[in-house]
Formats: sequence, structure tokens, C-alpha cells
Amino acid sequence: MTDILTPVLTAHWDQPDLFTIDGYRRVGGYQALTKALGMSREEVITAVKGSGLRGRGGAMFPTGVKWGFLPQGDDKPHYLVVNADESEPGACKDVPLMMATPHTLIEGAAIASYAIGAGHAFIYVRGEVLHVIRRLRHAVQEAYAAGYLGPNILGSGFGLDVIVHAGAGAYICGEETALLDSLEGKRGLPRNKPPFPAVAGVYASPTNVNNVESIASSPAILVNGADWFASMGTEKTKGCGIFNLSGHITTPGTFEAPFGITLRELLELAGGVRAGHRLKFWTAGGSSAGILTDQHLDLPLDFESVAAAGSQVGTRSVMIFDDTTCVVGAVLRWTEFYQHESCGKCTPCREGTFWLVRILDRLEHGDGTEEDIEKLLDICDNITGRAFCALGDSATPPITSAVKYFRDEFIQHHKEGGCPFDPAASTVWAEGVGGSGGSSPRGSTGSES
Amino acid sequence: MPFSDQVRSRLDADAARIIGQYPGSRSALLPLLHLVQSEEGYVSEDGIEYCAAKLGLTEADVTGVVSFYTMYKRGPVGEYHVGVCTNTLCGVLGGNQILAELHEHLGVGDGEVTPDGRVSLEHLECNAACVYAPVVMVNWEFFDNQTPASARQLADDLRAGNPVSPTRGPQRLVSWREAARILAGFNDDQATEGPTAGPADLVGLKIAHEHGWTAPEPGPAGEQAKEPR
Repeated sequence: MTDILTPVLTAHWDQPDLFTIDGYRRVGGYQALTKALGMSREEVITAVKGSGLRGRGGAMFPTGVKWGFLPQGDDKPHYLVVNADESEPGACKDVPLMMATPHTLIEGAAIASYAIGAGHAFIYVRGEVLHVIRRLRHAVQEAYAAGYLGPNILGSGFGLDVIVHAGAGAYICGEETALLDSLEGKRGLPRNKPPFPAVAGVYASPTNVNNVESIASSPAILVNGADWFASMGTEKTKGCGIFNLSGHITTPGTFEAPFGITLRELLELAGGVRAGHRLKFWTAGGSSAGILTDQHLDLPLDFESVAAAGSQVGTRSVMIFDDTTCVVGAVLRWTEFYQHESCGKCTPCREGTFWLVRILDRLEHGDGTEEDIEKLLDICDNITGRAFCALGDSATPPITSAVKYFRDEFIQHHKEGGCPFDPAASTVWAEGVGGSGGSSPRGSTGSES
Repeated sequence: MPFSDQVRSRLDADAARIIGQYPGSRSALLPLLHLVQSEEGYVSEDGIEYCAAKLGLTEADVTGVVSFYTMYKRGPVGEYHVGVCTNTLCGVLGGNQILAELHEHLGVGDGEVTPDGRVSLEHLECNAACVYAPVVMVNWEFFDNQTPASARQLADDLRAGNPVSPTRGPQRLVSWREAARILAGFNDDQATEGPTAGPADLVGLKIAHEHGWTAPEPGPAGEQAKEPR
């Protein structure tokens, strides 16, 4: 029986110098790279395939299978691109990982690059996280100096250059083909597929794009074995992953657990919904996954179970909202976000999100009608599956799920001629210490109830 | 007015280093735009002309890229650029109130700068720090778990030139232009300052330690012993 929490990636985040090469080597760092370089490329890919690791960026495609898509023995340069553009509302796992243990990512990038025959690896990190960028660059310099990067790594004959590339603010660049266009110095617009990046990615060469956590999972798999990793999690969603619990809970925080853990279990660890309130709605995998309710407390958080409930667990971005929260207002704000981040390339997403915002805005302010709810669903139906990339498909689940579970609340706004909720009641200073006149940030004193 | 010869020669050295990193030169465009932003505080027509010339692109092409990304500014911002997350989670937990109170406190609208040029203010989308909500960023450093009062104090300190330290970041908060230079690819010496992880990121690890919960011991398939704790 696996323990409830299984720290692997997060196991040493309490070490004050983990982000340095000395701190990382003290906890076994770079043993996996040494081991991988003694294996054949096929053996490394087989190990990652056998672990059952699925992409940790949201879509959960099997990572080893993706590595295997790149041609072997062609004469084109190959590239690894690490998608470090973490921007999904609710997601805060990759950014702390890179701040705490950048060498885990670099070691994983070296292993993946070796497996796919890449001589260059790019870490495309969102620009809005300055200290993470410092830490990554510093770690890359240390890794070069120690011989873990460069022309002839550990005498293996394999060479790799790693480039830390800062983005400039665009959620769409988390979509892998938009990221590639951005990495080539263009507007971050998604590309037609096929050709897939494995055939024609950056510089029209075979490219593998993986999420930070996926790449960072590979060192532990190489050292401990595929079976070790696969012994955690559920039958089809193997391994463990980082869950972020934020919102109206007693102790927001980060928990590394096997897939299949439930919200009820996670909430217990986080001290439950804040005192005096009950769970109203939550997300399993960020806003793009849509919302779930208290009827899903015992849903196993694995790919298949959450999909069967009409949502996604991909990024494990668990945002908790209690009974003070207006679901219409919450969804309006998310929809404004998707409208703002829509790149404009395709009509359903560009125009659809524009109209969704307008309708949601009048519903929230009591100026809507019951027909507006049907209009919302109709527009969602015309975006989903018809947009050029996943951003359009991500804009609709918050709306369709909110209407599904809280249609009455939409109607209530209409009947009462406005929003029945007091936004002040939802703030973290609504109860306990502080208040808007308080002087200390939450969490700094530990004295609040 | 294009860059002076002195500025140009200084930028040329940096630009050569940036461009030299990439197998394809156009990949240097985003870092080069961060570089010219670090020179002037924003991306001017001169900055666009400079980047276009360096990479053999048209100015229209470069302008199209600049306008796509929110971190490039087309006019002056404050020495300290304050962003308040108002995506749903942070907004509901208090980010909306913090932003409204900062607008009033500083007397500036969204994207505007205080008359002394010290502080500018804008709303942000999710900045990947939700377990620390409500979150405020200054020059892209984290100021976690803010309240309206702490945010007002932060703004006052920035205007007065009092030293402030990010919650998870270096001891010294860099200026807007210094931040842009780091984004362009040139680290300062502060990478090893600040904590490994913030308190919320250690919540699960602490509970695991208390209960003795760990990942399973590697079996025979894992040929090496588990890492020492």
C-alpha cells in the first residue's frame, strides 16, 4: 500500500541549498544522468515508457511514447524544448519546482536529450518569474562547469547545450506549437498539425516538447526503475505528481501524491475548507478543466476517473471556492482571461470568447435573461472542437460545467437583478485577523484561527 | 532619434552574445526586445529599429511581435512596476480589492505611472503562485499573501525608496530596467539568495515527514539504493 503522500520531486525542498549543484548532488543528484549515459537511447526510452509516465502539462500523453516519435538516424538536428510557460489559472507546480530544484530539470533535460538525440535543449520559461530565471541560469552554468552539460558529457561523447529562454507574457505560448513559433522569435500563434513537432518542430527539425514536471520526473525513474514509478498511482495513471491546493482552505499548499488520491483526502491534509464555510465548487486541473462540486469529493484523481466526470486532472491545479463565491462572477473572470489570451488566429475562439464575455457580464450584473444561458451554451458548442488549438477548447468547460451544476444561480442573478453575493465575504481577510486595515500579510504570524 | 554610437556599441556586444546562443538567429528576437527594454525602460521605435536591423527583419515584423506580448511596454512604466493578480482565484481571495485600493492610493489607472515615475500599476493574469493568493508582483518578483494594507505599505515603500525584499526572491528588489536585462539573458549575482521554497510549498512535505510517509522503496528493478533523506 502506497503512502498517502509520496514526495519525490519535492522530497528535498526543505534543504536550504538544494538549488545549487552541491546541494543537489548531496541528495543523489546527477546519478541518473550517469546511469542513462551508460544505457542505449532505446533503453532509456523503454524505461520511461515502462514507468507509465504521462505528460504532466495537462494532456497526459505518455511521455516515453512521445520521445519514441522522433526519428532515429536521420541527418537533421534534433531539439528538446521544455515547456516552462506555466500559466494555467490555478497551476503553481513548475515554477516552484524550478526555483527549488533547477538541477532536477536540467538533469532530466540531459536524459531526455540523450534519448531523442538532441544537441540543444531550450527551457522556455515564462518571463514573469524573474527569480526562477535567475536560478535556472545559475544552475545551467554550474552544470556546464561540472561537466554535466557541454560537448562531451561525463566522457560519454554525448554533447548538449541548454539555453534558458525567457518568454514575454502570453498564455497561448503554453500550447506547444505556439511555443515553438514564439521560440523562433515570432508572435506565438499555434501551428497546423500535422506536421507534428516530432517531425517538424523548432527550425522545422524533429523536436520533442515536454512539460517541466514530465522532464523532471525522468531522473527518479532512471535511478529507481520503471517498476518503482509504476507501483504508485492507478492502473492507467501511474506515478505521483504535484497537487496544488489553493483558495478557501485552512492551509493552502503543495502536496506530492500518487494519482488516485481524492479531494476529500487532500482537503483533510490542508485542514479542510476554511472555518464556517462549505465547499461550493473546485477545479481538478485548473480553470480549463471546468468545475466540479462537493458530489465529487471521493472521485479518484486520475486521468480516466476525472475524464468520466467530465473534467481533467492534467495539471492538478486544485482551486477551492466556498459558499461565499459567486460562480457566475468566477466564470466571467476566467472567460475574460481566455478572451484576453486568445491569439486571434481562428474565428471561433476570437469571436466566441468576445461574445461569451459580453453575455456573462450582463448575466453577472443582472441584465441577462434565461435565454442568455442557452446562448452561452450554443456559443460554447460552436467553439469546442472547432477552434484551431486547445485554447478555444479550454475556454468553454468553465462555462458549461457552471451552467450544469449551478443553473439556478445564473437564473437567480436574473431574477434579483444583480449578483446576490458580497465579494468582501470571499476575501482571506473577511474573517480572522487583519481586515483591510490590518498590517500583516496572511501567514506571516501564524496567529489567525 | 536612433541610439547614440556609445549606446549602440554597448548593445552590440550584448546582442552578439544573445544571438550567438541560438541555432537560428531570429530566436534572439524576444531576448533582444528585453534588452532594448532594459536600455530605455520600454520598447521604443528606436528599439524596434535596432532589433530589426540586428536580425535582418522589417520593423513592421518586429512591431507585430512586440504588440503580441504583454511584458513589452510601448511607453514608460515606473521604476517599480506593480502587478496585482486578478484572475479568478487571487481576485476572489482579495486581489480585486487590493487592485482597487492601490488605484485609489496611488491615483493611477491601469497601466499608468505615478507622477514621480516611481511606481506603475496593472492587473495581471495568473502568475503561478496560487497557494500564496492574493499575489502581487513587483518587477516580476513575488510578493505573496498580500492584504490591502500590506500592498499599500509596499507601494509607499517603493515610492519612498525604502528597501523591500520579495517573499520568494533575492534580498534586493531590482529596478524595472535591471529586471529586463536579466530577462534578456544577463544574470545579476542574486540567484542563490532567498529561500529554496516558500512555506506553502512545504506544507505537504512537512505532513509527510510527520507521518513518515515516503515514496516506495525501489525494488530490485531499481538498481541503486534510495537517495539518502
